[in-house]
Amino acid sequence: MNLNRRSLFAAGTAAAAIAPLSRARAQANTIRIGVMNDQSGPYRDIGGPNGVTMAQIAAQEFGNRGFTVEVIGADHQNKPDVGANLARQWFDQGVDMVLDVPTSSVGLAVNQVAREKNKVYINVGAATADLTGPQCSPVTAHWVYDTYMLAKSTGGAMVRAGGKKWFFITADYAFGHALERDTSNFVRAAGGTVAGAVRYPFPATTDFSSFLLQAQASRAEVIGLCNAGQDTINSIKQAAEFGLTRRGVKIAALLMFIADVHALGLEQGQGLVMTESFYWDLNDRTRAFSRRVQPRLNNRQMPNMVTAGNYSATLHFLKAVADMGVPAAKASGVEIMNRMKAMPVEDEAFGQGTLRQDGRMMIPSYLWEVKKPSESTGPWDYLKLLQTTPADEAWRPLSEGGCPLVRS
Amino acid sequence: MDEIFGIPAPLLFGQLLLGLINGAFYAMLSLGLAVIFGLLNIINFTHGAQFMMGAFVAWMLLAWAGVGYWGALILAPLIVGATGVVIERLMISRLYKLDHLYGLLLTFGIGLIVEGVFRNYFGSSGLPYRIPDALQGAWDLGFMFLPIYRGWVVVFSLVICLATWLVIEKTRLGAYLRAATENAPLVQAFGVNVPRMITLTYGAGVALAALAGVLAAPIYSVNPQMGTNLIIIVFAVVVIGGMGSILGSVLTGFGLGVVEGMTKVFWPEASSTVIFVIMAIVLLTRPAGLFGRA
Repeated sequence: MNLNRRSLFAAGTAAAAIAPLSRARAQANTIRIGVMNDQSGPYRDIGGPNGVTMAQIAAQEFGNRGFTVEVIGADHQNKPDVGANLARQWFDQGVDMVLDVPTSSVGLAVNQVAREKNKVYINVGAATADLTGPQCSPVTAHWVYDTYMLAKSTGGAMVRAGGKKWFFITADYAFGHALERDTSNFVRAAGGTVAGAVRYPFPATTDFSSFLLQAQASRAEVIGLCNAGQDTINSIKQAAEFGLTRRGVKIAALLMFIADVHALGLEQGQGLVMTESFYWDLNDRTRAFSRRVQPRLNNRQMPNMVTAGNYSATLHFLKAVADMGVPAAKASGVEIMNRMKAMPVEDEAFGQGTLRQDGRMMIPSYLWEVKKPSESTGPWDYLKLLQTTPADEAWRPLSEGGCPLVRS
Repeated sequence: MDEIFGIPAPLLFGQLLLGLINGAFYAMLSLGLAVIFGLLNIINFTHGAQFMMGAFVAWMLLAWAGVGYWGALILAPLIVGATGVVIERLMISRLYKLDHLYGLLLTFGIGLIVEGVFRNYFGSSGLPYRIPDALQGAWDLGFMFLPIYRGWVVVFSLVICLATWLVIEKTRLGAYLRAATENAPLVQAFGVNVPRMITLTYGAGVALAALAGVLAAPIYSVNPQMGTNLIIIVFAVVVIGGMGSILGSVLTGFGLGVVEGMTKVFWPEASSTVIFVIMAIVLLTRPAGLFGRA
């Protein structure tokens, strides 16, 4: 073939002209998922880079069913304004679904943006039950846990065990407030009392001894920790240090993840009760699932309910998209969500579930006790099952949430 | 029960004591900052990361080399101090002729990098570190239950602060240091190796941060962000006490610990802000700080 400069130039021009076209076609046939969470702060180990990886694993296992899937991740730094701006930017750039978004204040901010843009928003990492309550939205689903479910499972168990008088140590933002509110309701409903509460600045607090002493002075039997991550770990360590636990005061770690137990160590953590809707050692399917994904996770963490939830949510979302076709899915987030609600959820991590009208994913919740060091066979063998709350009892009843979608 | 401002007296005493304990950390960290600023004129923004490194090195010594708390109390400051010496020689020493701002940016950047590396390697939720057996348990003071370890932290850091102050104010080495702060070329003309002294001073300031980190390891979870949370407050302490004033930073450290502790009782939501309010007031009324020379 005789290649001269002119034909080369012509070929180049043609290629340049075609490139945007094919890119546009690829864009039209690519579903983009944006995983937004805390990549650098106190909640990093709960989701963080592993949350992104788990969504990627789900996308890979889903395979190519006529469209490609792209997963991207970003850090919201636990700041609502950063999260809202990022979500807006992502949706404008063609992201079809935003996933994870821990930290309730950020989770609620992104909720507004997704609704305005008519894009699917699956919250996995944030706790506030308002996402399926007053703030519920036709494009939003809330996947693995919320403050009501934690309060009912952990709080309910503590009250039944005889802890009637409570004092709360609460992170002073949307999440802490919601968890304190929901737990107080259960305590009072069971005939208990709330002796007091302190709200401390988040995330600038590392020393909790002052609050623990105030709790002790209130003569409470149970100290409810309405916080998460490092704050919870520090609170538990310091409660032991100041002899509260030895004097019979019970600690209710209302939100705790297996990563927190790993950080705390069994010696300090033993005997605590906690609630998660997923544990790697729950059954054969979760074990097989966890062993498969663990080698790909940072610091060889075991999946927890949030990272496993990212996997489950991604898979279900993609099934709905495949079911309705990419053009229809791109057109309306509400339609995808309706399709997701109409289809049963089924995966290895959570088994079977359904997505309720208000966006609440209905799966069982499990109450765990942290093992004694002598009961554990090694790293990540940390929990034993105390109680299972079936899906239809674990969550706030549809009629009590105050979700406007339900009335219509 | 006796009450003061509606708060039971025992609770109030307890909070005072807790304030002093937190103040001990502020004092030790701000002491290191003050020493470094006094001699190098560098605002060492890596200090928080170096505090964190101290705690991590203590953890590594235990987990990887079987060296316990007491060994770590000596080794960790030496190891982290040595990294400080390297940083000073390789990087900071190039900036002495430039504006303060460059040193600030450099140390801030180094701090971010160090923190990022640790976060990447160890994750964010932290690692457990046990209180040494000899300091387990607690004293019942009547008005409160004082963990022996916390008492140890206060006493130990008071001793360290006092020792540092004595070295700088009362020894020949301290006299050289103070003289070099005032007029380095003149001191050098008398045959003192000023660059080496500056390097070692930076190393010593860093070692102080690391020592505070070792002290903090059993109380807080050993995690990459542990310095970030503390360092901003410590900078406020240094500003309030007066930049470069050794005694000022120590007294202010303990004092502000107490103020913060009291705020946690009366208005917990404001406990992270109160120190900055004080800082603003001090800057408006005494710009050189409470103990600083204008």
